[in-house]
Amino acid sequence: MSNPDTYCIKTTGLNLWYGDFQALKDINLKIRQGIITSLIGPSGCGKTTLLRCFNRINERYGNVKTTGSTLILDEDIYTPEVSLIELRKSVGMVFQRPNPLPISVYENVLFGLKIHGATESQEKSTRDEIVEKALREVFLWNELKDKLHRRATDLQLDQQQKLCIARLLPLKPEVILMDEPCSALDSEATRGIEELMLGLIPKYTIVIVTHNMAQARRVSHECIFMLMGELIEHSPTDQLFLTPRDERTADYIEGRYG
Amino acid sequence: MGRGRLEIIAESLIEWVIRLCGISAIIFIFAIFLFVFKEGAEFLFNELDLTEFFFSKEWYPTSGYNKRYGVLALIVGTGSVTILAMLIAVPFGLGAAVFISEFCGPRLKESLKILIELLAAIPSVVWGFIGLTVINQLIIHVFNAPVGLNILNGGIILALMSVPIIVSIGEDALKAVPDSYREAAVAMGATRWQLIRRVLLPAAKNGLLAAALLGVGRAVGETMAVLMATGHSVNMPNSVLDSVRTLTATIAAELGEAPVNSDHYQVLFIIGLLLFSITFVVNMTADLIVRGVRKK
Repeated sequence: MSNPDTYCIKTTGLNLWYGDFQALKDINLKIRQGIITSLIGPSGCGKTTLLRCFNRINERYGNVKTTGSTLILDEDIYTPEVSLIELRKSVGMVFQRPNPLPISVYENVLFGLKIHGATESQEKSTRDEIVEKALREVFLWNELKDKLHRRATDLQLDQQQKLCIARLLPLKPEVILMDEPCSALDSEATRGIEELMLGLIPKYTIVIVTHNMAQARRVSHECIFMLMGELIEHSPTDQLFLTPRDERTADYIEGRYG
Repeated sequence: MGRGRLEIIAESLIEWVIRLCGISAIIFIFAIFLFVFKEGAEFLFNELDLTEFFFSKEWYPTSGYNKRYGVLALIVGTGSVTILAMLIAVPFGLGAAVFISEFCGPRLKESLKILIELLAAIPSVVWGFIGLTVINQLIIHVFNAPVGLNILNGGIILALMSVPIIVSIGEDALKAVPDSYREAAVAMGATRWQLIRRVLLPAAKNGLLAAALLGVGRAVGETMAVLMATGHSVNMPNSVLDSVRTLTATIAAELGEAPVNSDHYQVLFIIGLLLFSITFVVNMTADLIVRGVRKK
């Protein structure tokens, strides 16, 4: 399924402005399919903005202008013909704060399929299977199999976050974007999420924004270091941490600023 | 540095004044209730036949030989006008609330909110004028009705008067839905309509229900506009084109002519008590529902 030479996300000359403020400057990158890639850098460096470009969720805020091209599986996602609905179906997103919807666990997992109109023709047994499969993939099935009809917002935070990952899976996304998915969780729960991420590749391509250097080292195969809206370095994780090519990368990972 | 005695006294005085302002609302509510109750109490406990009061449609308070005090027709009047008003105002008001909260840009949003507040500031007697003139003519033309002062007229006027409160409370309820829910749904590819139907409306349903109930409270208590627009005739209506009379309008129209402390006078106060109880229950329910939302 994964081919190390296949690139899932490619950008060329990607620039982004929030009003007059340029948040991304001439980003050129190629993210490999089927691995985990971390985006690291100090606060305000544009890593979250870059992540949010990949499913165009940035555009919720208006006054955002993007130039350059972003290709996901060789398809330019910024052409007018692109359907945001289809794009977001194949590029799922997990947010900093777990944000399950205030409906049952079961309904949360099926929400994506429902809005894409896939559940109408399905039998209940098929839906049950989909829910079970998705929850098993995020290691939640055993904990929640008797609580499927509880309100998702009443779960523990880490369960909520895993559920937020699980509800993307029935849509069979190509890419899962994660915006600091563990920043609201304790170290135990963080380990759980990391384990789960490693279980999701190579089936899915994962791009994660993280503030936590140790996490980037633990989970990601490749790392992208950003600074002030620019991409400074993109290397295999070990290389970036052990023998960074750029001085600014070295300064950052040694904690000279951040 | 020591403070003067005067300063200390002044400070505690101010504190007391403020405290008094705070509890005055409670005092006023009880005082009003007691006053209304006292004026009608004697008749309520001694002579009034409650079965007749609630279930007879015979309202002849000034009859020479056989006074009858049945308010059923008035309750039906208030009820029918209120229900019609809500049938119009709730969909419109909630629709407007969804539009303001989810669809329009910040500038349009501000202007719309100001306009809706202006709508709420129009005196009810002016609404009554509109009912008497514009809508009256309109109903006569459109429905070929002999008179245009009826349930339909009163319902439309009351709907227009209740919409502002429904919109503003409804908009608050939608604004209170965490943005993370919207983001979650949008990031999964939900369209705007799916977002509203599957996420926002369920999440805000208590607040929206409260908005509708406050609209009901507003409609039940309205007096002048319905007095002018409904035709003001005691009548069990068969259709929305029939004239009716409401509880509120009856008090407003008759209290000035009823001799103080007469039976008629006291019955009007009992009607006041009934109205007071209805609006109290409706508003209380709305308030409890809203509080229920906040707790979560």
